[in-house]
Amino acid sequence: MTELQAGRASETLGAPSIETRSFRSRYRDILIALVAFAVLAALPFFFGSKALLDFVIRCSAFGLFATSLNLLVGYTGMISFGHGMFFGLGAYGFGLLMQRTAVPIPVAFVATLAITAVFAAIIGAICVRLKEIYFAFVTLAFQMLIHSTILTWASLTGGDQGLRGGIPRPVFFGIDLANHVHLYITSCALLVLGLLLMRQIAQSPFGYTLRVIRDNARRASFIGIDVWRAKLTIFVLAALFASTGGMVMALFVSGAYPEFAYWTISGEGIFINMLGGVTTFLGPMVGTVLLLILNDTVTRYTEYHGIVLGAVILFFAIGLRKGLMDYVLEWYTQRRDGPGERG
Amino acid sequence: MLDIRGLSKSFGGVKATDNVSLDFADGSLTAVIGPNGAGKSTFFNLITGALRPDSGEVLLDGVDLAGKSPPDIVRHGIGRAFQVASIFPSLTVQETMLAAVCADQRRSTVLHRRFPLAETRDRAEHAMELLGLANKRHRTAATLSHGDQKLLDIALALVLDPKVLLLDEPTAGMGTEERWRMIDKVRELWEAQKITVVFIEHDMDIVFKIAPRIVVLCYGRILATGTPDAIRRNEAVIEAYLGTEEHAEAVT
Repeated sequence: MTELQAGRASETLGAPSIETRSFRSRYRDILIALVAFAVLAALPFFFGSKALLDFVIRCSAFGLFATSLNLLVGYTGMISFGHGMFFGLGAYGFGLLMQRTAVPIPVAFVATLAITAVFAAIIGAICVRLKEIYFAFVTLAFQMLIHSTILTWASLTGGDQGLRGGIPRPVFFGIDLANHVHLYITSCALLVLGLLLMRQIAQSPFGYTLRVIRDNARRASFIGIDVWRAKLTIFVLAALFASTGGMVMALFVSGAYPEFAYWTISGEGIFINMLGGVTTFLGPMVGTVLLLILNDTVTRYTEYHGIVLGAVILFFAIGLRKGLMDYVLEWYTQRRDGPGERG
Repeated sequence: MLDIRGLSKSFGGVKATDNVSLDFADGSLTAVIGPNGAGKSTFFNLITGALRPDSGEVLLDGVDLAGKSPPDIVRHGIGRAFQVASIFPSLTVQETMLAAVCADQRRSTVLHRRFPLAETRDRAEHAMELLGLANKRHRTAATLSHGDQKLLDIALALVLDPKVLLLDEPTAGMGTEERWRMIDKVRELWEAQKITVVFIEHDMDIVFKIAPRIVVLCYGRILATGTPDAIRRNEAVIEAYLGTEEHAEAVT
């Protein structure tokens, strides 16, 4: 009993209350996001290199995609092998809207998100009830379905040629996406905003509901959680961020190609998550940067880049048995608590 | 009052629960005993919605819950703990409690605020103290001892403020001394919370000492119900369930 009271006393006196802690954590995240955006936005003024800006734009597209996949894989325990379909859907949806209608870019952006949400809700409603391996397979099947639809519906999508002729970019709010620096800043803004929103999802009560489901879905339903609804909600939310990544990609390459909706994109997403690790929020972002650097350097030296990438993933999967950020986190917590516990 | 009427469930040709009718008065403490395969866990699974009954009613204060989903039934006030502690391994004790209260307050889908919510705090705190887990609040559930994991499992049911608490073998896998500590805890909770508690237990010493009322299940049917004294003297129970002489000696 004394121990109990002591525990309570330290809780009320020493440690900050729940209210202050959640207040602090949110504003700390916003601060980090602002600083990160400021640093990224300042890059073009210090480095004139177009290649560097291109690299960051690609990181934005894949970072949004991979982090959203981690909401499913790492936070909810849903291993989707078809998440890339929403990346493709974003790219094609946005590209087609801009080519075929005269709507301003923000309208096309929102409309693409709406289309993605409808697709994700229908596909999710079918998939999220399934157990692990079946969920993985059926999401993969939907990915293939969307990919073949894009290939065969050539009159709309351009078939295996992709959406050609470029994506028109009317100026909006003084932003001209035909300008490389404008495109770069917009991509960074979307990345930082997207990460901030996903971070909020991860740290919200809903984010903890997801962890609860990942840990023990059966028990989750016995504390009154509607598991199916929660899984469907995160499936749709994650699809929206993947779709945003696809739109950034479409703007970057000024088109959309069937590869954007091919299963290899989903595979790359899983690869990135394994590389960066799924136990930290920024793991997939780190994985994205790693994979893109790896890809760019390896392809420069050898045409057998698949072998090298395969070796790297084997090293992470079998050697470390975790992603880079998982490894760093473990090392950090051990350094912090280790001596006390061991001594 | 929890009122079970004609509850039945078969798997293939086997009647796991066969026309069971029982009532549990508010604030009562009941032990369910029976040999392995008697249908004790199935009985709990039917009440809590883990299994759908073939027929029968599960009336809680007059509302029929038979065939409803587990989240629905939990929200109506029937909580349960599991034979093998069913917890959230990667969450800390405190997070587990806070997340459960969040779900109970129908705030588990809140997106615009940060976890934990201030309004979930008092109830989480209360449950941790009741179960003596407050000083282990920052421990990850997976690192707790077996006994503490069982306590956490019970805390997880209790934190939802159930009217009826079903405990599936709270002492499973424990040593003799730990068993008594656990069952004292259960009794203490029952007295403090004034809720209806039904528990499954194998240890006859514990059952006869603790439970004011005992239900004996055998092959899915009720063999007998009554006070410990009545059960001890019940011929059918001694023959069918306690069968061998040494068991008969153990209970008399």
